[in-house]
Amino acid sequence: MTDSQVKNTNIITESYQDLSARDWRRYFSFSTDHKVIGIQYLVTAFIFFLVGGIFAMVIRGELITPEADLIDRTFYNGMFTMHGTIMLFLWTFPSLVGLSNYLVPIMIGAKDMAFPRLNAAAFWMVPVVGVLMIASFFVPSGSAQAGWWSYPPVSLQNPTGQLITGQFLWILAVAISGVSSIMGAVNFVTTIVKMRAPGMTFFRMPAFVWTVLSAQIIQLFGLPALTAGAVMLLFDLTVGTSFFDPSKGGNPILFQHLFWFYSHPAVYVIILPIFGIFSEIFPVYSRKPLFGYKVVAISSLIIAGVSGLVWVHHMYASGTPGWMRMIFMLSTMCVSVPTGIKVFAWVATIWGGKLRLNTPMLFALGALIMFIFAGVTGIMLSAVPVDIHVNNTYFVVGHFHYVLYGTVTMGMYAAIYHWFPKMTGRMYYESWGQVHFWLAFIGTNLNFLPMHPLGLQGMLRRVASYDPEYTFWNVVASLGAFLLGMSTLPFIVNMVSSWIQGPIAPSNPWRAIGLEWLVSSPPPIENFEDLPVVISEPYGYGKSDPLVSNLEGIIGHSE
Amino acid sequence: MKPRNILFLIAYAIALTGISLWIGQVSYSWFPPQASAESVLIDKLFAFLVTIGAFIFLGITGVMIYSVVFQRAAKYDFSDGPHIEGNVTLEIVWTAIPILLVFWLAGYSYQIYQQMAIRGPMEVMHLGMGHGDTPTVVEEQSIEEIEVISKQWAWVFRYPGSNVTSTELHLPANRRIRLALQSEDVLHGFYIPAFRLKQDIVPNKTTDFEFTPIREGTYRLRDSQFSGTYFATMQANVVVESPEAYENWLSEAKKRQPLPAYNQAASEYTQQTSKTGWPTVVPAAPPVVNYPT
Ligand code: HEM
Ligand SMILES: [Cu+2]
Ligand SMILES: [Cu+2]
Repeated sequence: MTDSQVKNTNIITESYQDLSARDWRRYFSFSTDHKVIGIQYLVTAFIFFLVGGIFAMVIRGELITPEADLIDRTFYNGMFTMHGTIMLFLWTFPSLVGLSNYLVPIMIGAKDMAFPRLNAAAFWMVPVVGVLMIASFFVPSGSAQAGWWSYPPVSLQNPTGQLITGQFLWILAVAISGVSSIMGAVNFVTTIVKMRAPGMTFFRMPAFVWTVLSAQIIQLFGLPALTAGAVMLLFDLTVGTSFFDPSKGGNPILFQHLFWFYSHPAVYVIILPIFGIFSEIFPVYSRKPLFGYKVVAISSLIIAGVSGLVWVHHMYASGTPGWMRMIFMLSTMCVSVPTGIKVFAWVATIWGGKLRLNTPMLFALGALIMFIFAGVTGIMLSAVPVDIHVNNTYFVVGHFHYVLYGTVTMGMYAAIYHWFPKMTGRMYYESWGQVHFWLAFIGTNLNFLPMHPLGLQGMLRRVASYDPEYTFWNVVASLGAFLLGMSTLPFIVNMVSSWIQGPIAPSNPWRAIGLEWLVSSPPPIENFEDLPVVISEPYGYGKSDPLVSNLEGIIGHSE
Repeated sequence: MKPRNILFLIAYAIALTGISLWIGQVSYSWFPPQASAESVLIDKLFAFLVTIGAFIFLGITGVMIYSVVFQRAAKYDFSDGPHIEGNVTLEIVWTAIPILLVFWLAGYSYQIYQQMAIRGPMEVMHLGMGHGDTPTVVEEQSIEEIEVISKQWAWVFRYPGSNVTSTELHLPANRRIRLALQSEDVLHGFYIPAFRLKQDIVPNKTTDFEFTPIREGTYRLRDSQFSGTYFATMQANVVVESPEAYENWLSEAKKRQPLPAYNQAASEYTQQTSKTGWPTVVPAAPPVVNYPT
């Protein structure tokens, strides 16, 4: 939209002097450049990842002994609630939106997102959400303590009797985060549908763009349900309506339906772009095309569709009649078909290739292994009789951390390392990356594998104290957690020092195929001098066809 | 395919099958004792899923690890791998297999669920529609009905037949139990790990729940649905005993005067000398019952 009109000369000349990404001040300003916004999202999200991580350390510190001795029980409940909330709403969502923001326009050959101002506005809501969440620790009630899903009636209990409680701020923050996500979703879907460069047909888009499209479509259909639920909960809490309050004739199960109708698909909003990252990274470091590209692309959409039909698997043990349990068991298991197809496609991509184990590849491989594990335990959870036993136990906590840490966070690391040279114009230090990978991989397994036997033995999630019989595996898990906490240090050192003084990166350090690798590192302000004219499908490894017909024009006179 | 490769594949499949079957057997040891008829069924289903899951996990990661070890690019080899875009036969096979597997797993889980016949929300009210309501695991006997009352943070059990109340759940072995689950405030969850059974309790509504204890001993009942500050303390003993011992206990308890039971939440709350935490919902007073523990 803004591309042609805003060819305002002084912006252009300025940008060529400081070569866009190298001026740090831009990252602290209200910029409408999708690349700046992308990095703003990523850095902000990472800061909250550290906050959520510190809460996790407190949780694991409490759980290293059976008694509730480290912190007060109310504070423990606040800790796991805010840990889960921050990790989801302030780490995974914004970091993925940030990455997508950075990559999607370049990957489809656009100069920016469809609505750059909307994009910036959506980003600046994230710090507001964060401030509200942190502020909730300082109101008299303390932070929200009803878990990240805030089921009523517990979430409606208000011992202080005040209006501004932690729970109130929590709902407000989640609602703002929902608005921000909807704005992002509208922007992404429009950008991908309308702004593709000449020749960039749907089946020439990189698989990552397909996954972002699928994920953002989920946001569009799912978020209204969550928003409705949040607003009703807010009314119950503040003005005394009784949608969900059973003591006044409300129905708390209705909230669970509204909540999970969005929050299950939300898991796919999170995981789909990670699948996209896998689909980008495996071909590059195996030197082979993505196996079955079209099927992989389509299965993203299928996953998005099916994900809207499975939400009751979170409510098997809740007020759910038997027939409903059975229907949702079948639909849930069906998700494993398109997912399985993808896994097989990645393995076939690697197979017979010429592998290079750079840090991004290591993280992607580690993440894929842990995802397969999570998939196996996920199938177990979808079987109603098994879930009746392990529902709300540490088995579930183990399962979803294999997804959220093992796959999503590790996949995110893979992406950050892979595109770091592009984003900053600098190379990271490979040996630090390798150290980071091994600490994170060992830490993740040491931390989350023991949660599975604990859950099978019957240890419940969200408990501040437990029976001594569960001590052994909890000690192992806590030690793993501390190791995992430490593993972020080499990452931070590497990123900060490389960004400041790492070796200058070429345009295409990985010899990768894709529009983003044709332009300089970091790319100029509007990405391309002329819009690229795409003439090949993505992933042409093993062939030497050019990707675009106007390479000279794209790069222009910038270097 | 070369015969050598085919042989290798067959050997790989056989080894995988062997290992998976073994892990499936080992999985029985990951659980608490099997104290209900339902737990036998659930453990069987779980072992089956572990076997299939181990096969899938080891099968795929084995291939990945092989690639990583043997298919690395040489240091100065900057050439690409073969340009293979896909393989239709292979893709059809690996779509068809998961589809068949899904129906198999869902069908088997469905059978197990039918055999458990644990009921749950609305089943008794909707009675008469469809499937056999009688569990196939034990012969139908007289059903023992017990009321379970949950509140922040205590369990109370009422035996309507003899009007006994208790904070310890006594159950006769090998008899079908039907619980009427109730909550006085928030959601709670009735969960006995040794029985592998769990059911959320929704306030203002009675939820039926059925099962059959089969092994004498003492187990733990825990709240499985987060219920606020003292959630972790909301536990009770479950005593499964012979029907004679059970009847004795009932008549013993009946003679006793109701007394306040020990309640961990209430005692933690009152003993809290210095106010360290945030404001909390005040725990209900310790329940007054015939058989306090
Ligand atoms: C060092 C890393 C981490 C550790 C040690 C850790 C530990 C834990 C533990 C012990 C719980 C269970 C709390 C309980 O049920 O009592 C928990 C809950 C949770 N975690 Fe993590 N976690 C880590 C990273 C993550 C990440 C990266 C994410 C998401 C991207 C995440 C998302 C969640 C969620 C959603 C919950 C559920 C909160 C709730 O029950 O309401 N965690 N975490
Ligand atoms: Cu789900
Ligand atoms: Cu899951």
